[in-house]
Amino acid sequence: MSWQWEIFLQDPGGKHPTYWQWMLSAWGWTVSVSLLALIIALSIGSLIGILRTLPDSPWLVRLGNAWVELFRNIPLLVQIFLWYHVIPALIPPMKEVNSFILVVLALGFFTSARIAEQVRAGIQALPKGQRYAGMALGFTTAQYYRYVILPMAYRIIIPPLTSESMNIFKNSSVAFAVSVSELTMFAMQAQEETSRGVEIYLAVTALYAISAFVINRIMAYIEKKSQVPGFIVAGGAGGGH
Amino acid sequence: MNLDLSFYSWDLIRTFILKGFYFSIMLMAVSTVGGVIFGTVLALMRLSGKKFLDLPATLYVNGMRSVPLVMVILWFFLLVPASFYALFPWRLGENYRSEISAVITFVTFEAAYFSEIMRAGIQSISRGQVFAGQAMGMTYGQNMKLVILPQAFRNMLPVLLTQTIILFQDTSLVYAIGAYDMLKGFEIAGKNFGRPIESYLLAAVVYFGICFALSSAVKQLHKKIAIIR
Repeated sequence: MSWQWEIFLQDPGGKHPTYWQWMLSAWGWTVSVSLLALIIALSIGSLIGILRTLPDSPWLVRLGNAWVELFRNIPLLVQIFLWYHVIPALIPPMKEVNSFILVVLALGFFTSARIAEQVRAGIQALPKGQRYAGMALGFTTAQYYRYVILPMAYRIIIPPLTSESMNIFKNSSVAFAVSVSELTMFAMQAQEETSRGVEIYLAVTALYAISAFVINRIMAYIEKKSQVPGFIVAGGAGGGH
Repeated sequence: MNLDLSFYSWDLIRTFILKGFYFSIMLMAVSTVGGVIFGTVLALMRLSGKKFLDLPATLYVNGMRSVPLVMVILWFFLLVPASFYALFPWRLGENYRSEISAVITFVTFEAAYFSEIMRAGIQSISRGQVFAGQAMGMTYGQNMKLVILPQAFRNMLPVLLTQTIILFQDTSLVYAIGAYDMLKGFEIAGKNFGRPIESYLLAAVVYFGICFALSSAVKQLHKKIAIIR
């Protein structure tokens, strides 16, 4: 077979003058969905993860556990359909929200469960003595979490957080199902219009790989900068897709 | 907004949902077995210490792990030639093109993830076990088959099963090529009866039930294995 890369210079006849410009705009949507979802996932995930390790509050721990089980045991695509079809029907004001925001929420909540699991594991990996040391100094619970436990726990979980951040970019591809014009949606539509699937899929796959690689390098930089000299942390194992 | 689930009769479940459910389970089973076998081969290639085996396996595993599953599903649907589907008897290839393509995709894609698990499992076996096998005069193949791999499988069983649950959730992504899985079944049932909301809700409940039950079972197994060792 012969390559026809000039396909990217053609006019798709929509709001974008050429296919490559359409693709770059789609990449922009992929990056925005992923980064916004990552912010949501990190904030909610941290909160839920911390709740699950609080002493003397069994109901908050149960709430945290229920959150994780709920969002971890339903496939992401089904969760996206719930946000898109079911929640607007149950809560009428959600009808005004566009599908981009709904996908960000779905992906963010889905990933928050995985991040909560890692934050909990990171906190529990610390020796109990660290918590007691904080208490002995007269810190309140909030204070010893802020100044003693969390700074160490976050350093421990940087490796699994790295793979989770890369996962969020890969998982954002599921947004095609509710017609967010991100990379996968572009790939499917452009393939149909031009019948040059190989060139288009290659370019889109390369953009996904580049995105994942850039996130990986950023996290490696953060890991290096935040290292405590002389303290070697054991890397946890990441999982999932 | 009133939810009405009364339209879900046994007949409807049998016609729409079960067909998809069987496919989802079949896809999960075939790609777990196929993925573990292929993944173990990849892991052995990476641990062989021979560059011409290690390099292609590493490229394959890292390549698969850095692209979204949806893209891999689309790739295989595009690339597997029509002549391949023609090989199936009784026009199965023609009628079940998406489904066959999905099975091929999942075996090749999941193999990359299973290979990482198996590699960790093989590396978790102490060197003494390898030396003991060699001292008994076993060949490399015998040593792997009789000493190392059985222990590696056992150590990694909970992780392998957890990956299988993730795989089951991922089967819903065959939506991208229109294969008829459980989610598709719920969607079609919902559309046919004008009750999409109830249908999606029920789909979520069923997926949750299956995955929650499986992951609780894996947790129990993990505890059991942890005590024995």
